[in-house]
Amino acid sequence: MKHAFLAVIALIVIAWLGSLVGLDYLFGVVFPYLAFAVFLGGFIYRVLNWAKSPVPFRIPTTSGQEKSLDWVKQDKLDCPATFWQVVGRMLLEVFAFRSLFKNTKAEIHDGPKLVYGSSKWLWLFGLAFHYCFLIIVLRHMRLFLNPVPGVIGKIEFFDGLFQIGAPVLYQTDLIFVAAVTFLFLRRVIIPQVRYISFAADYFPLFLIFAIAVTGILMRYFIRVDVVTIKQLTVGLATFSPSISGDIGSIFYIHVFLVSALMAYFPFSKLMHLGGVFMSPTRNLANNNRMVRHVNPWNDPNIKPHSYADYEDEFREFMVDAGLPVEKELTPEPEPEPETEETEKPAADTAAEPAAEEAPAETPAEKE
Amino acid sequence: MADTKVDQMSVNVVKEPSLMTGAVPRKDWMDSTVTFKPGNYCYPAKKSIVEYLSKGLPGLFGEPREWTVESDDWKLPENWVEIILQGMRERLDKFRSFKVFMDICVRCGACADKCHFFLGTGDPKNMPVLRAELLRSVYRGNFTKAGKILGSIARGREMTFEVLKEWFMYFYQCTECRRCSVFCPYGIDTAEITMMARELLHLVGVGTNWILEPAANSNRTGNHLGLQPHTFKENAEFLLDDIEEVTGVRLNSLTFNRKGAEVLFVIPSADVFADPGIFTFMGYLLIFDHVGLDYTISTYSSEGGNFGSFTNNELMKKLNGKMYAEAKRLGVKWILGGECGHMWRVVHQYMETMNGPPDFLEIPKSPITGTVFENAAAAKMVHMSEFTADLIKNNKLKIDKSRNDHRIVTFHDSCNPSRGMGMLEEPRYILQNVCNNFHEMPENTIREQTFCCGSGTGLNTGEIMDLRMRGGLPRANAVKYVEEKHGVNMLSCICAIDRATLLALMEYWNPNVGVCGISELVGNALIMDGEKERDQDLRFGELLVTKEAGESGNNEEGE
Repeated sequence: MKHAFLAVIALIVIAWLGSLVGLDYLFGVVFPYLAFAVFLGGFIYRVLNWAKSPVPFRIPTTSGQEKSLDWVKQDKLDCPATFWQVVGRMLLEVFAFRSLFKNTKAEIHDGPKLVYGSSKWLWLFGLAFHYCFLIIVLRHMRLFLNPVPGVIGKIEFFDGLFQIGAPVLYQTDLIFVAAVTFLFLRRVIIPQVRYISFAADYFPLFLIFAIAVTGILMRYFIRVDVVTIKQLTVGLATFSPSISGDIGSIFYIHVFLVSALMAYFPFSKLMHLGGVFMSPTRNLANNNRMVRHVNPWNDPNIKPHSYADYEDEFREFMVDAGLPVEKELTPEPEPEPETEETEKPAADTAAEPAAEEAPAETPAEKE
Repeated sequence: MADTKVDQMSVNVVKEPSLMTGAVPRKDWMDSTVTFKPGNYCYPAKKSIVEYLSKGLPGLFGEPREWTVESDDWKLPENWVEIILQGMRERLDKFRSFKVFMDICVRCGACADKCHFFLGTGDPKNMPVLRAELLRSVYRGNFTKAGKILGSIARGREMTFEVLKEWFMYFYQCTECRRCSVFCPYGIDTAEITMMARELLHLVGVGTNWILEPAANSNRTGNHLGLQPHTFKENAEFLLDDIEEVTGVRLNSLTFNRKGAEVLFVIPSADVFADPGIFTFMGYLLIFDHVGLDYTISTYSSEGGNFGSFTNNELMKKLNGKMYAEAKRLGVKWILGGECGHMWRVVHQYMETMNGPPDFLEIPKSPITGTVFENAAAAKMVHMSEFTADLIKNNKLKIDKSRNDHRIVTFHDSCNPSRGMGMLEEPRYILQNVCNNFHEMPENTIREQTFCCGSGTGLNTGEIMDLRMRGGLPRANAVKYVEEKHGVNMLSCICAIDRATLLALMEYWNPNVGVCGISELVGNALIMDGEKERDQDLRFGELLVTKEAGESGNNEEGE
């Protein structure tokens, strides 16, 4: 946590110093471009890199009744059997965090007695966090587009529906900060989560928190030159960036933190944005026995211990026991060719009766 | 039986300081090492076993040797670190699941308290997220820029002997049950991660005997018990005597290795050998005889269970290959599979891909009801519960439910059929039609949220009993709940490992509850042609009420 916190502080100081010594162009144009390029290139690279590895087996986690007999009701969303059912499962996963919605909390009490309670806070705040993030990003499109599309105006209108203060307070700003705070606090307070968390978990939280705070400061408290900002941002979007005046350090800090987030994104766990679509336990249909799935590296040379070798080893017993055989016993059986497979695994397991030589604690010895 | 008495264990799991009971370890997990002592590890594989397996699959099981887990010298090859890292590199290129799961975890912690081993031990490294981090940290340290540059700040680390020990400890405290995967917002499946870790461990010759010896047996004799063909046949036929004694009917339909049969029936081999699996087996035979199924059992492919799946995908494929090979040799039309958990994970999710396409077989069609099992159109293998449910639905079974009135039954969804297949309703439908007293366990402990028996994936070995009883606690606890609430005295399941492990688990936590397969209960209830007045169940237990045979008949009323 310490490292992550210091890293974010360092980023803030760097941007602040940069703006003081007049590196406006570096922090306002060069870094954002670089960061966006790294984000885009890195993101695509990571996804392609995952895609390069094949999916040898079809391994969906089935969380409901599979498609089987006609009269058995299939759970189409939790156990999809067709492409469109998979789309349904994925949409719910991506847009409603369906798996997280199932979350429970286990406790152990005297007895012992285990109890499982519903636990939806992570789902709620996680969802709030992601949707607020999305809306805030969409709202920011106002800065890059000229003229501003009507839909962005609508988003802003609904986001500020309660008309509190001037400039109007966006609910997403508040919820976003609350959600980030929640995600941070649960990481610190819940012992299990605290124990597994490290810098890579805290850094994005601190970074995003700092981005939110600087943004809020700029909108509600510290005056910045909005016209110059818009000129710069539209310029960035049209590849003709220019900075025509003094905007204020807070803006450069905000932009630098966003740049840092973009550049950090492809190398971090934030790639779950792309990964959630790539997860073979979720994005595959559970139609394994219905439709062939091909493993590109399936090795045809791996063959089972052959029946012929099996019969060669046990033919005498099989004939005695009245089991049908492919080759009858010869009166004077020639020594069978010693293939590697007919080697006995161990002297003791070859002994008679074999069953009693089974490994200790096989199910057979349970009773 | 476990070393710790149940009274003591009951206190331990609640009172001892652990992450489950609110205590947080002082040491960072990357600084805490593991100590092996009797009871917390499985015995290593015998040299002869590794030698045998290595002949069929060279290079995958390491150097055959005698070694001890508690020693600081595991007699690893000199370049073992290199082997592991190279193995990791290869698997990252071969399995998208592995690569994606190494990268995208955000450590939200939703999985933390979903693992039965974590609930029973409170050991932080049994949280699925941390179990994965054991591997992920080595991945970061060797395959990512951040991990290479920042080292432990980015939770990257080198592959050391201490790490290897940790892997051996905790990837053998995961039963690949996939419960955590249900709750993960990205579907990260610890089973996949454990499979990869075990593949890597085997590469440097770190494997357990309880997995590799049954695997070797399966390869050679056809079944994990090492039963040779004649013994297998005798054991199975012996059960015909028991059936005759209980029902008065001598079944003539059981054959072995018979060419030209319509159906090849593959079972977990424990069903011909071990109590209570043998009663399940008797149930299968009664059902087949009752409806006149033309089937045969193979001694060559006499194991449905696949111990290879606990080691690496290559051995899984090799062992599984027997099913199709034998179906082809015998010229059957399709394959029917008995009640077995991980066998069905392999059959459902891997078999057709690894060893198919079985174009010499036909799309399974029940010769009794005419039902075509479209859901098995490619793999050509049907589950016993699907087959039986279809028979009941079509009124093909004459059933006297009251013969199970001495059983108050609950149903344990086995991990693999529920989360690796999605078979939830068929067993329930069967149960509701063959017994009058059926009660579900609490909803957070059944269906896709079911708890593992605590001993799957080859952990069903005697040397780690305490651990197994802890891992099985969540399951046992849910059974106890219905025992107290409804008087449940029978825990039914469709898994052979369950039938062995739940027995030990119930003896320990809920001694008044028995364990059975679903087909046993069907067998009890079946009214066979020409049967005598039934006053015993398949276990020679007294029936509660002896009814006139045929009085109730098949009273299935549809959904």
